[in-house]
Amino acid sequence: MYSKEVIKHFKHPKNMGEMKNPDAVGEVGNPQCGDILKFYIKVDDNKIKDIKFETLGCAVAIAVSSMMTTMVKGKTLNQAAKITMQDIIKELGGLPFFKHHCSSLAIQALKKAIDSYKDNLTEKVS
Amino acid sequence: MKKREVYLDNAATTPVDAAVFKKMLPYFSEKYGNPSSVHKIGDQARQGVEKARQQVASFLNCLPDEIYFTAGATESDNWIINGIVDIFRKDNSDKPHLVTLVFEHKAILEPIRVLEKRGLIEVNFLPVSKDGLIEVKEVEKAIKKNTCLVSIMYANSEIGTVQPISQIGNLISQLNQKRKQRIVFHTDAVQAVNYLNCDVNNLNVDALSLSGHKIYGPKGIGALYLKKRTLITSLIRGGGHEKGKRSGTENVPGIVGLGEALNLVAKRKNDGTKIKKLRNKLITGILRDIPDSQLNGSLEYRLPSNANFSFKGVEGEGIIIALSEQGIYAATGSACASHSLKPSHVLTAIGLSDEQAHASVRFTLGRQTTESDINYILEVLPKVIKRLRLISGR
Repeated sequence: MYSKEVIKHFKHPKNMGEMKNPDAVGEVGNPQCGDILKFYIKVDDNKIKDIKFETLGCAVAIAVSSMMTTMVKGKTLNQAAKITMQDIIKELGGLPFFKHHCSSLAIQALKKAIDSYKDNLTEKVS
Repeated sequence: MKKREVYLDNAATTPVDAAVFKKMLPYFSEKYGNPSSVHKIGDQARQGVEKARQQVASFLNCLPDEIYFTAGATESDNWIINGIVDIFRKDNSDKPHLVTLVFEHKAILEPIRVLEKRGLIEVNFLPVSKDGLIEVKEVEKAIKKNTCLVSIMYANSEIGTVQPISQIGNLISQLNQKRKQRIVFHTDAVQAVNYLNCDVNNLNVDALSLSGHKIYGPKGIGALYLKKRTLITSLIRGGGHEKGKRSGTENVPGIVGLGEALNLVAKRKNDGTKIKKLRNKLITGILRDIPDSQLNGSLEYRLPSNANFSFKGVEGEGIIIALSEQGIYAATGSACASHSLKPSHVLTAIGLSDEQAHASVRFTLGRQTTESDINYILEVLPKVIKRLRLISGR
């Protein structure tokens, strides 16, 4: 049912676990399917220096979270925010259609983390 | 080296028993006739069908005339609902009233919901206790003057809980003695056939559905038992097969396989005891070795083959995929495993939160299950849960 890449990231997820002293956190839960995705980011010079995730969810939700972290690590915040659902699905070698919402959750969670970082920055400046 | 495989999804389907398969084989290319043909080849097929009807009837302790072959229990369930409602509406100006359980199989719930949506029936979906059981008096309270059908599953497919069918049957047959509108009592016995007494006189049922592929028989074949003199409209119209009720040339190999499968179930009376022992070892081991785990549904009133758990802080589909990677095949009530994005209606009906339902795993043992299979799961599952909890951070 799932591609090799999905199974690989599900079995050996990258950047998994809690982060101590993150610069920002983004968490989304989908009440529809019960998945909860959480990204922790560390930002330096407008770039995502480090990222970790915690995900309560199905195999795809875990694989998508893991893939997302590998895709955005080292990218600028603007580059990271431009990643689309289709980009992740492509990198994972495709997803069954009824699993597409899992990748949209990862997009939302990362966006939340980035927005939260920017909000904190504005607060510090003002 | 071949990877170890442990199939623990026997409530979903079972492998066809070798003896059943052997009995079916001649009916594909040797005794391939149409049972309606009067020549020798046709007669061979007819004999196969009628022998199987006899085998089914003997298993249920009823008359061969009371057995109708269908494509499976979903068809039998749809038929009893639509067929009984149709008869009632022909003879009455009131709306027919139906009683069923909130956690029946979808093969019961969906046809009922469609009739309800069209405004053609009234219906009570009776709640069940947190153990997954119905009390007989709840059924009695729900019955009305215009009740024409009560359909209550014998054993639940997800949590294996067993309902007091013969007590409900006795109640309804007593009520029927004083009623003008006779109530038809139906049970979906799909999950029960392997392990429970299915003597229709003992159960006091008017109708019963069963399926071949849950009992080591083939897919695409099932039956409806319908007590003599129970009126029902035809399911499929055509050449008048199955006493004019279900037209279409018979699925001869399937029918032969169903008969033989039931014949074997009747012979293998000790399966339940052996399977229950293994199942209990699984339950004890899991609750002992995995913290924050719970068994869903009554342990006492339960099929010997079923174990259904929830594990806090993980999601069921992830567990199933992780187990599958290690050659263990089980099922989950999580929404992530369904295309509907809704958690199991059975688990929410017994009071589980959406989160607990998402975190559920069902193991259903079978004839082929061994003690070493159970040891293997007890070795693998705690590690899987631990790893997924690390990922979820919960």
